[in-house]
Amino acid sequence: MTNKSSSPIVLYGTRFLSPYIMLFGFYVIFHGHYSPGGGFQGGTLLAVSLLLIRIASGTDLAQLQFKEYLTTPLAALGVVIYFGTGLTALIMGGYFLDYEELPIPGLEPAYLRYWGILIIELGIGLTVMTVLTLIYDNMVKGEDYA
Amino acid sequence: MYWELELILFIFLLITAYIALEAEDLLISAVMLTVFSFITALLFTTMGAVDVGFTEAVVGAGVTGILLVVAIYQTTYKTED
Repeated sequence: MTNKSSSPIVLYGTRFLSPYIMLFGFYVIFHGHYSPGGGFQGGTLLAVSLLLIRIASGTDLAQLQFKEYLTTPLAALGVVIYFGTGLTALIMGGYFLDYEELPIPGLEPAYLRYWGILIIELGIGLTVMTVLTLIYDNMVKGEDYA
Repeated sequence: MYWELELILFIFLLITAYIALEAEDLLISAVMLTVFSFITALLFTTMGAVDVGFTEAVVGAGVTGILLVVAIYQTTYKTED
């Protein structure tokens, strides 16, 4: 957003706060199997840490942290990770998202489910983060484009 | 077991909802809706639904507040009615 008078206190405060929110988002994603949380909540926390810098310093300066043109390809990449894992299990002879059938050698079925859920949640978190940033950028820009 | 805590949270929920409806400045309404979402998240956590409360706190009190502020910034600050 184009702010009328930029305050250095707000900018330095958000620059101090943003990495800790991002670290907590990664914690929520990587501990999604044990504790409350998961891909959606962790991805939203990552998006909040990006939007905090964007709303405090303006869109031009925030391009140094996360480029705007990266949002749509990374969202598509997250969807590809999700459906790629599910369809790989489907091709290998199981059901859709049946993690036990994933072709990772040398792992027991319990650990196959463990890693499968982690891969799924990484895809979900990537998509949620980039799509929320994309919504904010389009709202600030004030015009619709594909 | 937690009925005293829930009673206090419901009272503050009603207060924030009334202020969000009756405020002249729309920024006050946006901030009060954020507080409303946070108190709702506390209520969900009190009832034992930690995952739902976490989602409500992150989405309702985090992203929705930012998007409402951007929408107000693009349009107008004052209500018509």
